[in-house]
Amino acid sequence: MAWTWFHRLASPPHIYRVAGRLMPWLAWPAAVLIVAGLIGGLVLAPPDYQQGDGYRIIYVHAPSAWMSLLVYTTMAVAAAIGLIWRMKVAHAVAASCAPIGASFTFAALVTGSLWGAPMWGTYWQWDPRLTSELILLLLYLGYMGLRSAFDDLQRADRASAVLAIVGVVNVPIIHYSVIWWNSLHQAPSVMRLGKPTMPPSMLFPLLMMLVGFTLFFGALLLVRLRGEVLSRERTASWIREALRP
Amino acid sequence: MSAFLDMGGYAAYVWPSYAVTLTVMILNIVWARRLLQRSRKEAMHRLAIGGTAK
Repeated sequence: MAWTWFHRLASPPHIYRVAGRLMPWLAWPAAVLIVAGLIGGLVLAPPDYQQGDGYRIIYVHAPSAWMSLLVYTTMAVAAAIGLIWRMKVAHAVAASCAPIGASFTFAALVTGSLWGAPMWGTYWQWDPRLTSELILLLLYLGYMGLRSAFDDLQRADRASAVLAIVGVVNVPIIHYSVIWWNSLHQAPSVMRLGKPTMPPSMLFPLLMMLVGFTLFFGALLLVRLRGEVLSRERTASWIREALRP
Repeated sequence: MSAFLDMGGYAAYVWPSYAVTLTVMILNIVWARRLLQRSRKEAMHRLAIGGTAK
């Protein structure tokens, strides 16, 4: 009895339908929050007393970096669920995450580099934070490469799930790298115990961007998941029903 | 306005950062929609030719 909702939740037709209906409820708030966050961050927030207007890169850099970790964690958890409970939908979630995560990791690295150039005097250093974030990008790319190396979807799901799960050790390493090692990168100013180290006028736009990006990830994931679910179904008659114009 | 665009002398770093992030966001929207459309088309094609392919 307690399991019926779980099976219903995981059934492809249900996922396809619910994901389609839920998507706009994530996408529109995401758009509003991101536009508001951009105005807040670029126009309303005061310049920093040390970095002037250069610090405004934070409003795209921190959300991109947050996405890189959030998406990877989601991917690894989904992969583990798929592997343990042999749940096809969970593998579809994991597969949907990878391109999203890879692209935002790329954005985090590029924006970080553009921030580092004027503030640290270098675009790149083999620093613990920077290096571990680069490894995250390689993990995403490795995951996608491994998937595409198999013709059989089930084998692709299982092999790539193992890689995703093993790679998750990198997530805490990235987060704590600035604390464990002597890094050029600053310590967390929002994701920390106790009060954030920014005034509200700077902090609120950043929080809006972080929540907006998270909702944007949700919306993207739902669209991709619908595609993945469809491509995994071979004969099911619900597809005919679902695709009827 | 030009003071805003100048970003206190950091324009060469701030604007490319925003451009890269915005591009990544737009590409993600395009990719996700394209994936769904392609899967729909392939599913319809499979069903049209019998739908028993394993």
